[in-house]
Amino acid sequence: MIQAASLLAAEEGGNPLIPHTYELVVGVFAFLVVLIVVGKILTPRIQKTLVERTEAIEGGIQKAQDAQAEAQTLLKQYKDQLAEARHEASRLREEAREQGAQIKAELREEAQAEARRLVEAAHIQIEADRQQAFAQLRSEIGRLSTDLASRIVGESLEDEARQRRTVDRFLEELESSSAAVR
Amino acid sequence: MSTLTLLASGDEFTPPGLELFDLPPIIPGVDWFTKPVLLALLSTLIVVVFCWSAFANPKIVPRGVQNVAEMGYMFVRDQVARPFLGKDADRWMGLLLSIFFLVWIWNLMGVVPVLQFPVASHIAFPIVLAVSIYVLKVYLGVKHQGPVGYFKNMMFPPGLPKAIYVLLAPIEFLSNMIIAPFTHAVRLFANMFAGHIILAFFSMVGFWFLFEKLTPLGAPLGVVGVLMTIAMTGFEMFIQFLQAFLFSMLAAMYIGNSLHAEH
Repeated sequence: MIQAASLLAAEEGGNPLIPHTYELVVGVFAFLVVLIVVGKILTPRIQKTLVERTEAIEGGIQKAQDAQAEAQTLLKQYKDQLAEARHEASRLREEAREQGAQIKAELREEAQAEARRLVEAAHIQIEADRQQAFAQLRSEIGRLSTDLASRIVGESLEDEARQRRTVDRFLEELESSSAAVR
Repeated sequence: MSTLTLLASGDEFTPPGLELFDLPPIIPGVDWFTKPVLLALLSTLIVVVFCWSAFANPKIVPRGVQNVAEMGYMFVRDQVARPFLGKDADRWMGLLLSIFFLVWIWNLMGVVPVLQFPVASHIAFPIVLAVSIYVLKVYLGVKHQGPVGYFKNMMFPPGLPKAIYVLLAPIEFLSNMIIAPFTHAVRLFANMFAGHIILAFFSMVGFWFLFEKLTPLGAPLGVVGVLMTIAMTGFEMFIQFLQAFLFSMLAAMYIGNSLHAEH
């Protein structure tokens, strides 16, 4: 083996700076295979993936930012709506209170007017009754006076007892007649 | 280990030398099919299978292997491609990623148990990559700066006294056109070559003084050899990564300089 090795060394010159021809060929072959497979086929693939990865990450960040912005907008919108609703509610409450007060005032006004009207009507009725009674009484009193006078004059005033009886009778008649009138 | 045993079978301890890198054909008669060739092809297979399982159907949310491979991709993109290529980085990621992964796995073969041979310690493999980058560099330079502009920008950077160019122009030409590709390949090769010798040396010290010639005096030395082997293996792994990083970084730098004039 040593002999074979040293023979080979002698044949090749043994100088490590002199390349062996077959090794040059194998070296070219080895390099070309790696260059084609790794350099030409595989490197573009990983480069494409790296670009896609960068885009995916950037896209993700962009998406997150968009989502956040949208959430902010929505939040603002909801807050605005809430504020508006509160405002509306207070406005409605105020309106209702005003309306209530108005209705109350109107009712009171109406009731007072009604009361006034009733009292007025009662007054008129009473006045009318009084007028009527007065007129009736007047004619009655005239007639009674005439009647009484004729009786007093017509009958001789014999005695006091008679007179008294006459007066009593007159008064009784008067009472009964007034009761009948009533 | 068989090589080491054979090499250390004499009566005297002989440190390993260049014979470490002369490996016989695995199948007798098929001269080209040696251990470095096998490991180079195996590395290609590993890189292809690894990247395929990671990036064949990449997911937006990465899982498992894709996570690991993406770490590699991000490292090459942020530390290698972008500093030198700027907005052109993505266009050259395929080439740079291929080079980085392939060189790293080639180098890592040096510390994988049983295999234990850094592929790049045979200069043919770094040469292939360095020459490819060199051709690409010149092509891109001529394409983007014009055949005259490329060499003019390279050799006559503006804003210097006229006399300086007499000195600078040849140096810049030599440095860019001849030394750069040479050092590009040799830096990787020499690091892996030296690393392999160092590991072989310390493991051989351990093997020799603890198994082959166990003596009370030699045993502590053997222990030191074993410990150093472990420590140097860790260090080698760092160097292997660093060299893969450096090699792809230089490739990015050369490409960048060709796309845009340096000054």
